[in-house]
Amino acid sequence: MIPPSYTKAEASGIWVFLEQESGRLEGVALELLGRGRQLANEAETLLSGVLLGSDVEAAAQVALAAGADRVIVAEHPALAVYTTDAYTKVVGEIVVERRPDIFLLGATPNGRDLAGRLAVRLRTGLTADCTGLELEAETGLLLGRVTGFGGGVVAIIKCPEHRPQMATVRPGIFAPPELTAKPWGLIERVPVRLSRHEIRTEVVERALHEGLDLTKAERIVAGGRGTHGDFGPLRELAALIGAEVGATRVAVDEGWIERERQIGQTGYVTRPKLAVVCGVSGAMHFTVGVEAAECVVAINSDEEAPIFEQADYVIVDDLFSVLPSLIKQVRALESG
Amino acid sequence: MNAMRTPHIAVCLKVVPRPEEVKVNLETRTLDRANARQQFNPPDVNALEFALALREKHVGRVSVLSMGPPFFAEYLKLALAVGADTAYLLSDRAFGGADTLPTSYTLARGIAKLGDCDLVVCGEESSDGATAQVPPGIAEWLGMAQVTYGSDLEILPERWRLKARRELKGGHEVITVPLPAVVSVRVGANEPRFIDFARLTGEPLGVTVWSAADLGVDPAMVGLSGSATVVAGVDRAETVERRRELLTGTPEEKARTLVERIAVYLARGTRPDGAAASSPAAHA
Ligand SMILES: Cc1cc2nc3c(=O)[nH]c(=O)nc-3n(C[C@H](O)[C@H](O)[C@H](O)COP(=O)(O)OP(=O)(O)OC[C@H]3O[C@@H](n4cnc5c(N)ncnc54)[C@H](O)[C@@H]3O)c2cc1C
Ligand SMILES: Nc1ncnc2c1ncn2[C@@H]1O[C@H](COP(=O)(O)O)[C@@H](O)[C@H]1O
Repeated sequence: MIPPSYTKAEASGIWVFLEQESGRLEGVALELLGRGRQLANEAETLLSGVLLGSDVEAAAQVALAAGADRVIVAEHPALAVYTTDAYTKVVGEIVVERRPDIFLLGATPNGRDLAGRLAVRLRTGLTADCTGLELEAETGLLLGRVTGFGGGVVAIIKCPEHRPQMATVRPGIFAPPELTAKPWGLIERVPVRLSRHEIRTEVVERALHEGLDLTKAERIVAGGRGTHGDFGPLRELAALIGAEVGATRVAVDEGWIERERQIGQTGYVTRPKLAVVCGVSGAMHFTVGVEAAECVVAINSDEEAPIFEQADYVIVDDLFSVLPSLIKQVRALESG
Repeated sequence: MNAMRTPHIAVCLKVVPRPEEVKVNLETRTLDRANARQQFNPPDVNALEFALALREKHVGRVSVLSMGPPFFAEYLKLALAVGADTAYLLSDRAFGGADTLPTSYTLARGIAKLGDCDLVVCGEESSDGATAQVPPGIAEWLGMAQVTYGSDLEILPERWRLKARRELKGGHEVITVPLPAVVSVRVGANEPRFIDFARLTGEPLGVTVWSAADLGVDPAMVGLSGSATVVAGVDRAETVERRRELLTGTPEEKARTLVERIAVYLARGTRPDGAAASSPAAHA
């Protein structure tokens, strides 16, 4: 066994890494506080958030309102923007000092970058990209559900001896909690020992698309290679019904649409009421991203397309002849 | 200073079963992957392509490295045929059953044994493990800087740094890190070259195999005994039963039926966060 940094007997509490961007909590951080609260109640233990940044008081208050018993805040100008070195050092030191039993992070690019590095520094196990979290009845161990092989298989993974039991969780899996007007938790500030020369990463450029969050979209119109690069009719329909436009990886890789709109295993897992999926074959890599939709409409010219297995309404036709009609009829509906 | 320096680039390649050929045995709750055909983990092919392109620009050499059973050697030969200079297979019964903690440790020990690696290029994640954590793990064991979800890799020779674009949630960043560094690259981030079959059939292509003893690793730190996680069970992914109602007629008729069927989902309301749907912009 690779010796852990601390023992099971020394470990207690459930922790959530509170990823933030410009002082605003990521959606998945709130989702984890929601699920973490339920697990903490079940295990009769405390729920803590760990929040790093440069000016994050407001975010800490939100985390308390979301049900944390405690928010551990580490503020430093060098923590304003995520870098592997700074975040691993600061989070690693706090964990070793305070010894959580369970430590949950969002499976965002930065969450996974940090978790992978931290797990080795702490010499512990990490269950990656979970789509479900439970506690094992007899042992209280964390059980992480993990999809593999392009979405066809689920494995249940646990970490019996090493602490903390770490897991990253896919955004959009758990519902965000109700915020309470009367939070009971406390903010605990910790000193940050960090000098600039410990941070090897130099950030040259950063570009974020504010306001786009496919995981929160109520309606989605998604396109794939079958659009042949023309998302025009999809955009028109989307604008009409208040939907976000999403895409397959192929469409993104072709440069037809921004990467922030990619749905699927390496994109976003969405849970809209309605997903209209056009010119998409239905690879498991994609369908895991629309599985939680209440209603799926598939338009594909190939009657054998696997996407039809995953659709409530099946339209075997050219998307370029169906969408204009659809747009016309929705318009008529709205004005009528 | 580094004008004469040429990079030694290691590429971590994993061989994985084709996802569609892996079956779940629901009785034993185990995976049947024995009959599945194998392939290179898709993003690892992009990793190899980046390494070869960097070598074209900066000279240097490319070593490919894999941890796995003996049959992986055939795939490493393919990597040599594509243009890698040397290939190493870390193979030992003791390495079996490893989760990411001992996997990253074993690969890190292999890279350390190569001696002088400036850059380690990995895929973003493996299709069977899908953890994306082996690359940061390797970086941590070796104390190297790291870049995950990378693309557009460049070596800045005067500063001896790696520059890369990195995907973020809802955006991207461009960062540089000092060499030596570990980078994981996105699937599809470049256009991999074809296998040069002349190289495959011409000169004898050798794959060096290193065992646990060759690496000098403690058997308790590798494979199953070095793993921190345990698979408690496997399951077929739950699939939602969909209605699968076929709409027929002309495109107009199909559209009309559809509008009737989905009318309840079209009712306009504000989204929970009150924000308007953002307008999509074409990707430059
Ligand atoms: C590690 C890994 C991760 C991946 N992650 C993702 C991911 O997150 N998301 C993702 O989407 N993919 C992902 N993929 C890729 C995935 O496996 C598929 O290749 C991809 O989803 C296919 O995209 P597509 O359906 O647009 O294209 P295709 O499979 O080419 O399908 C195009 C479809 O359009 C139909 N069509 C063509 N013309 C028309 C027309 N005029 N009208 C109607 N229909 C038409 C065709 O019949 C066909 O079914 C990943 C792959 C790997 C290896
Ligand atoms: N057994 C292995 N041999 C070689 N490289 C590996 C191995 N496992 C993982 N990797 C590398 O690490 C990347 C991420 O894998 P993973 O962390 O398993 O998702 C892969 O794309 C490979 O580049």
